[in-house]
Amino acid sequence: MAMISKDPVQACTATTLRQFDSSKKMAMALRKFGKDGISIWRRGFSSSAGLESSSTRDATPVNLFTAINQALHIALDTDPRSYVFGEDVSFGGVFRCTTGLAEQFGRQRVFNTPLCEQGIAGFAIGLAAMGNRAIAEIQFADYIFPAFDQLVNEAAKFRYRSGNEFNCGGLTIRSPYGAVGHGGHYHSQSPEAFFCHVPGLKVVIPRSPYQAKGLLLASIRDPNPVVFFEPKWLYRLAVEEVPDADYMLPLSQAEVVREGKDITLVGWGAQLSILEQACEDAEKEGISCELIDLRTLIPWDKETVEASVSKTGRLLVSHEAPVTGGFGAEISASIIERCFLRLEAPVARVCGLDTPFPLVYEPFYMPTKNKILDAIKSTVNY
Amino acid sequence: MRRSRTVTHAPDGEFGPDLAEVFGPRQSDGGPELVQLLTPEGERVRHPEFDREFSAEELRGFYRDMVLTRRIDTESTALQRHGELGIWAQLLGQEAAQIGSGRALRPQDFAFPTYREHGVAWCRGLDPLKLLGLFRGVDQGSWDAQEHHFGNYTIVIGAQTLHATGYAMGVQRDGAVGTGDPDRDAAVIAYFGDGASSQGDVNEAFIFAASYNAPVVFFCQNNQWAISEPIERQTRIPLYQRALGFGFPGVRVDGNDVMATYAVTQAALQRAREGSGPTFVEAYTYRMGAHTTTDDPTRYRLSDDVENWKLKDPIARLEAYLRRNGLVEDGFTDHVAAEAAELGERLRAGCKQLADPEPLSVFDHVYADLPPELAEQRDGYAAYLASFEGAQA
Repeated sequence: MAMISKDPVQACTATTLRQFDSSKKMAMALRKFGKDGISIWRRGFSSSAGLESSSTRDATPVNLFTAINQALHIALDTDPRSYVFGEDVSFGGVFRCTTGLAEQFGRQRVFNTPLCEQGIAGFAIGLAAMGNRAIAEIQFADYIFPAFDQLVNEAAKFRYRSGNEFNCGGLTIRSPYGAVGHGGHYHSQSPEAFFCHVPGLKVVIPRSPYQAKGLLLASIRDPNPVVFFEPKWLYRLAVEEVPDADYMLPLSQAEVVREGKDITLVGWGAQLSILEQACEDAEKEGISCELIDLRTLIPWDKETVEASVSKTGRLLVSHEAPVTGGFGAEISASIIERCFLRLEAPVARVCGLDTPFPLVYEPFYMPTKNKILDAIKSTVNY
Repeated sequence: MRRSRTVTHAPDGEFGPDLAEVFGPRQSDGGPELVQLLTPEGERVRHPEFDREFSAEELRGFYRDMVLTRRIDTESTALQRHGELGIWAQLLGQEAAQIGSGRALRPQDFAFPTYREHGVAWCRGLDPLKLLGLFRGVDQGSWDAQEHHFGNYTIVIGAQTLHATGYAMGVQRDGAVGTGDPDRDAAVIAYFGDGASSQGDVNEAFIFAASYNAPVVFFCQNNQWAISEPIERQTRIPLYQRALGFGFPGVRVDGNDVMATYAVTQAALQRAREGSGPTFVEAYTYRMGAHTTTDDPTRYRLSDDVENWKLKDPIARLEAYLRRNGLVEDGFTDHVAAEAAELGERLRAGCKQLADPEPLSVFDHVYADLPPELAEQRDGYAAYLASFEGAQA
């Protein structure tokens, strides 16, 4: 199974060489990345098996919005043709992710936009199409829908419809997604599945501060348009050691966060921490769970999940978005194709209810640890 | 400058010359050109086109409405701070814009609010506890929109302006425009803010309204801020001037002047009811509070600005006028203050008594009828809840 190899620098560099353009800037970034050893610290938030510290570097315990802020600082610092913009980003943003950027890099490069998501996306595509890195923020994923046409019909198809003569690969859309306890109908949605249905886009979702910084930098530098959903619940809540340095984590590579042998659990974003709690409870009842963070939803790492399910024979997928038509359906279908004869039980999906995201009903709507635990047990006992 | 089409005079000739003519930009002596009938100091001023006489009863009514609306707002903000509401969108400073426009509505007119029009809700007869139910999250925003002719709060910025335009087109097709019957002719009012004016939906609503001559008043409360973004980020010209580009009149009114807001909105609504189509009313005001209770405006705006606008307070100027003209010598203001205190108490008590709904009702009203698959999901969930030790039957 795939894990972060013992030499994290090598693993990431190999992946980045596959993925990135060999432009001068990328080569510089890679050299810088290669020169600086990075250490993978034991994550306080989400444990990973089989990790080692390589050379010791400066790292600080920070929360998610600070990790993202660091990534944005580095992106702006390493590429003078990168821009950060969106509603309210100038004063630091409603979630503080863009704090200090306007002051440091100037308001030509970090700026507020008019209140228009379709405009933000279209504008970002244009900026990216001339070779810039356009890092656009949609204030809440719930508001991304006016931008959907631009992302689906334009961003995703730029390269394809031009025979690779033209692209907007420098486009990254960042947006907070997911439940936050009090977001209600319009500050809680998980729209990732809509974008996973669009060839030409990448969808990336980090589970923690360390993951977020590395995945965001990788997304910004990836030569394809990326939609990067940030779990807003974790902006302040999740704290872990994050290297101060510039580093990237590979896209389209899932991570086995916990090893086990009885059942494979797959999720992303904030749901990872819920799944982890369920793993721990299941362990007490003698069930050994293997937990995978998908990290990139499209193109997704089928090999890692397949390898895991080949070992365990059981799969459970969990996401906040409603179960019907959610991305869990794609994972289930693909894994059944690959692992049919190995499966001991149907693929379980523990997801949001098939209702709009509710108000005070939120705790009932959510795919909680107990619901997951129930499903683990019934799958194992099938 | 192209004139919009000539309108007939209002039935009672109250509004003087061609209304279309008067909505164009006017020269001012310094400040933003806007229609004003009551200065910040509480002096009555005349306006050549939009003036009207107000009875003592009307003015005292405005005062009471604004004081009570402000009380609803401050009480709800406090309730949020105490954890009784999940969030509250404050309207502090915008009372005149909402009461002035809200009171100009006839019962058959329909209002489409954003999420901040608690003053308009008040005018439409909505019990403020219904608003609290939404912000507390125990009630999915459901008051009967038809009963109050006041739509449900719309969180997605600007979306309601398209709804308002479609509704207005429906009113046209129902033959409730231009009949001359004051009880039948209806208009629609769409509320939105300065930030919303940048949204595609809002501009599309303008296009549709103009193209179909829809009986809709686009009422923009320009409170100068979209969270942290000042108005200058949204527009290069005064917002009301955009309307001309779309083909209908626009007028800017002092949004802190309840008399002017009432007069201008009434004129615009009458235009719509008569069949003369849409009007853009920009109520120039200021968001004295935060965007919502999750926002901290000290991070992006100067307190000097806020202090300056305190001098333009909508309630203070009306109170000054009423006192100066002997219209509240009967202890009226004390009476209103007592009423406000009572209202505050009722809201506090009522809020805490708002019941949590039954868990299984989360499945209600997704569709008109419950699809079998969803019924199955609900039954499965009911069984899951019942499986817990100590679960109630």
